[in-house]
Amino acid sequence: MTTKQKASITLPAPLAINGGEAVAYAMRQIDPEVVAAYPITPQTFIIERFSEYVADGLVSTEYINVESEHAALSACVGACAAGGRAQTATSGPGLALMFEIVWVASGMRLPLVMHLCSRALSAPLNILCDHSDAMAMRESSWIMMFGSNPQEAYDQAIVAPTVAEHPDVLLPFANVLDGFTVTHSVERVDVLPDEDAKSFVGEYEPERWALQPGGGATFGGLDANDFYFEHKRQQVEAMDNSLEVVRRQLDKYAELSGRKMSLVEEYLLDDAEVALVVLGSSEGMVRAAIDQARADGIKVGMLRVRLFRPFPVADVRKALSGVAAVGVLDRAIAFGAPANALMQDIVMATRTLPERPLLMDFVYGLGGRNTPKQMFREAIDHVVLAKEQGAEPESPAYLGLR
Amino acid sequence: MQIHLPLSIRWHGRGGQGVVTASRILASAALRGGYYMQSLPDFGAERSGAPISAHTRISETPPVDRGPIGEPDVVIVLDASLVGQIDLLGGLIPDGAVIVNTPDPDSDSVRRLEVGARQELWAVDGSRIGMDLLGRNLPNTPVLGAFARAVPVLGLESISLALDELMSETFSESIIRANLEALRLGYDQVRQVLQTEVTANA
Repeated sequence: MTTKQKASITLPAPLAINGGEAVAYAMRQIDPEVVAAYPITPQTFIIERFSEYVADGLVSTEYINVESEHAALSACVGACAAGGRAQTATSGPGLALMFEIVWVASGMRLPLVMHLCSRALSAPLNILCDHSDAMAMRESSWIMMFGSNPQEAYDQAIVAPTVAEHPDVLLPFANVLDGFTVTHSVERVDVLPDEDAKSFVGEYEPERWALQPGGGATFGGLDANDFYFEHKRQQVEAMDNSLEVVRRQLDKYAELSGRKMSLVEEYLLDDAEVALVVLGSSEGMVRAAIDQARADGIKVGMLRVRLFRPFPVADVRKALSGVAAVGVLDRAIAFGAPANALMQDIVMATRTLPERPLLMDFVYGLGGRNTPKQMFREAIDHVVLAKEQGAEPESPAYLGLR
Repeated sequence: MQIHLPLSIRWHGRGGQGVVTASRILASAALRGGYYMQSLPDFGAERSGAPISAHTRISETPPVDRGPIGEPDVVIVLDASLVGQIDLLGGLIPDGAVIVNTPDPDSDSVRRLEVGARQELWAVDGSRIGMDLLGRNLPNTPVLGAFARAVPVLGLESISLALDELMSETFSESIIRANLEALRLGYDQVRQVLQTEVTANA
């Protein structure tokens, strides 16, 4: 009771800020030792705001203006290996330029945080949202969580370091938010008081670091055919451990903030005969399309995947059991693969269900293509048809393609 | 006009006229007024002088749509030279409202907007107010004042407070004072153009 009363007195007024500013606000409260970043649309709001905090003396962070994204992530790796808390932010081609170091960060088991503002990969040149960048890092041993609005961008940013730095985890964390639709959308964002955010995140106290007085550890040494394999196997274990850590931290955060977040989120799935599965900011329009279809008598629901890596297989199975047909919404193409990325995961997660749902894949929103309600309604109608015909389409449908 | 929530407002202007800022001030004011809200800029590259738009949503529940507004309740035109170049009134609801920045509500460009019979047309010379008070063609705050009058969803007071708060991050005291005055003059000077006036002159 007392904590609730305290919260109602000290809670700051809600802010009208966009997703990028919301992340920067969380970073100010976290006050990492090092932030290194290179500006790229649509990530720019984050680092513009954060560099203002640095200039105004509101954080003690060492802010490093680097010459490239490769250097940005390298600087974070160095800072983190030296025992500091480090963060960066990037988008699309920026992530592509970081790629060598994406694996270095996770392989060294460094709990740094990246805010990834999703953007299409070139070529052709495109600065708008899709998930090509995020999907390209999905097997790099980073924890990946997709937010769907500025509020969640903030909330996930506060939770991120507490998961990454957990002794059973020690893996980097990507807070993924859709470029423009989240980063540039000004909305109501409720924030924690600084002291509550700081005490939730706590101090980063690594057990070992590179420059530890009295004998530090070696990071990134040569690891040939003697132990490389074992180290990779340990990474698998850390990734597995992280799932329950994420769940616990989200619950703990809900107690503090009053905002409940889950690994997957269900919308009207209880009695649903068909369902759509989605990642990221399109979930709002999917819900709107579902409301419309429900009004027309179609029993449809939504499963939104928040935690993408590690993929919450048990949660997804439970949510989709009893659903006859499922449409999976992929915002990136896995060229040449038997299915696109999210579809692959849903196929694997549901394959041993006693009554496996019929599955069909949809590609949508590439390069920022608009995602109106009617388009998701069209997807629902496709899934209903597949259910009636009792047949799975062999290839994906392309929504909104001209 | 008759206010029904959710209310969606689409802004049209040119880069440099303060389109995005005005949308953001309005959204901040809506938050102060106890509403959920959203302000979205155009997605993509921003260039001075190029046609741009911004999108404001005001609602009693959290927004679900994070895309551009296709069927606005209100269209705001900050630059009448866009008439005929862009489908400014595209999707405007049949009983929606249009607020246009113009020195002459009887001008060709305003007539070519082809405001519908049940739609309201409001006009204000925001550019002149901007020139007088700010020394530049900055019609955004005068037109925001006009909005407060034409679409009485939020009081001028909460818009003034939101403007003050948002601009004080970047601008000097004197510039903020001039903008607050521009806002008030826009509110005072805007007038509804009766459709009969436009058609009579057509």
